[in-house]
Amino acid sequence: MAATGSNVEEIRNLVVLEEFGVKNVHTTDFPGNYPGFQDGWDMKTFQKNFRIDVVHLDENNIEFDMVGIDAAIANAFRRILLAEVPTMAIEKVFIYNNTSIVQDEVLAHRLGLVPIKADPRLFEYKNIAEEFGEQEASEIDTIQLQLKIKCSRNPRASKESSDPRELYLNHIVYSKDINWVPLGNQADVFADSRIGAVHDDIVIAQLRPGQELDVVMHCVKGIGKDHAKFSPVATASYRLLPDITLMEQVEGEKAERLKRCFSRGVIDLEDVRGKKVAKVVNSRLDTCSREVLRHKDLKNLVKLGRVRDHFIFTIESTGSLPADVLMQEAIKVLMAKCQMLLNELSSAGTQ
Amino acid sequence: MAGDGEKKPKLEMVQADGAQEDCVTFVMHDEDHTLGNSLRYMIMKNPDVDFCGYTITHPSESKINFRIQTRGGVPAVEPLQKGLSDLHQVCQHVLNTFQAKVNEYKEREEKPME
Repeated sequence: MAATGSNVEEIRNLVVLEEFGVKNVHTTDFPGNYPGFQDGWDMKTFQKNFRIDVVHLDENNIEFDMVGIDAAIANAFRRILLAEVPTMAIEKVFIYNNTSIVQDEVLAHRLGLVPIKADPRLFEYKNIAEEFGEQEASEIDTIQLQLKIKCSRNPRASKESSDPRELYLNHIVYSKDINWVPLGNQADVFADSRIGAVHDDIVIAQLRPGQELDVVMHCVKGIGKDHAKFSPVATASYRLLPDITLMEQVEGEKAERLKRCFSRGVIDLEDVRGKKVAKVVNSRLDTCSREVLRHKDLKNLVKLGRVRDHFIFTIESTGSLPADVLMQEAIKVLMAKCQMLLNELSSAGTQ
Repeated sequence: MAGDGEKKPKLEMVQADGAQEDCVTFVMHDEDHTLGNSLRYMIMKNPDVDFCGYTITHPSESKINFRIQTRGGVPAVEPLQKGLSDLHQVCQHVLNTFQAKVNEYKEREEKPME
């Protein structure tokens, strides 16, 4: 579609959702593409147009809007949140005794996936020295945890009961049974924080009388790129703000049907001179199902699209760090990447 | 680079005979779309740049070939440096704005309880 005067604004700012395809997906506002537009990078214009609005924030979830930034950078933040923000997770499992029905490797795998409540910023990465094979676990890079539990018959259970909760003691191994064993000066440094699993009720294994588990675990710092257990987010995602424009006034029964084509709360019916007229109240709530385009008489009345530089981020943390701290760490990771390359360039230049 | 031993160089330039200053392909190790796409966007915003693109040569290797061609005789390292520092500044601004807004939200949440 040629960039004529009227639809230039649309091509630059809106991703158009049509019946059979999506148009204007890519960023095109680079210098030289549009005559008359100054598209070169200008920090002041960026700072003027950029804004963040926090919609919801609690300990583990944050939902915020990031407006005025390009998809490339927003996506970089999302990718970093998933794969490059470090966390602590169980890496080495020393199994001294496992007489349960769960195999050693399956048990170790499950333990690795348990989220650990420890601030990864207070720890260093572990040096993997090839020569020695086994490095000493030091207090600066390792958290030592222990799981020692034995299932026994409950002497106070009644004769006829068949409920395992009554018959046996410790027959389900929960993550709350994982205990922290402080190394070195960790007891003083982390005196007030409770290091252990984030959640108490994760089922790790099931036991019957006579079976026991005696396991020592070492947690190290890692990133999601290495193994997904190190990913600090349950998920981090973004969507673009939907944009719904009514091309003409829709009233009466058509307005009712139009309202039902969108998610609840998007379109409201106003009373204008006795007739019900449809009005777009809150396009943010829409899930962009494009249902309206399936109806022949309604599809030309609406124009659907998404605002290209308005990102609605949702970050859910697994609990090791609060969600807003995770976003800050992700931004710092990207800054560190740029800084590292800049240092490489300047050191290569001086050679 | 002398004295590095096992550490791989992070950034290399593909040298070709008769190479000019203004068309260079950089090889960045241990990088992927995260830095590649965002850096490409920042460098494309530079009016001196004629062409900027990146490829991941093979998905099993974590390195990207980043190509910059400039116009007007500008050496290609300049837009790369400018792009990196611009991206750094953008992140700094995003971080400051984000921290300010989060603190504002937390204060607003505490107010009704007072």
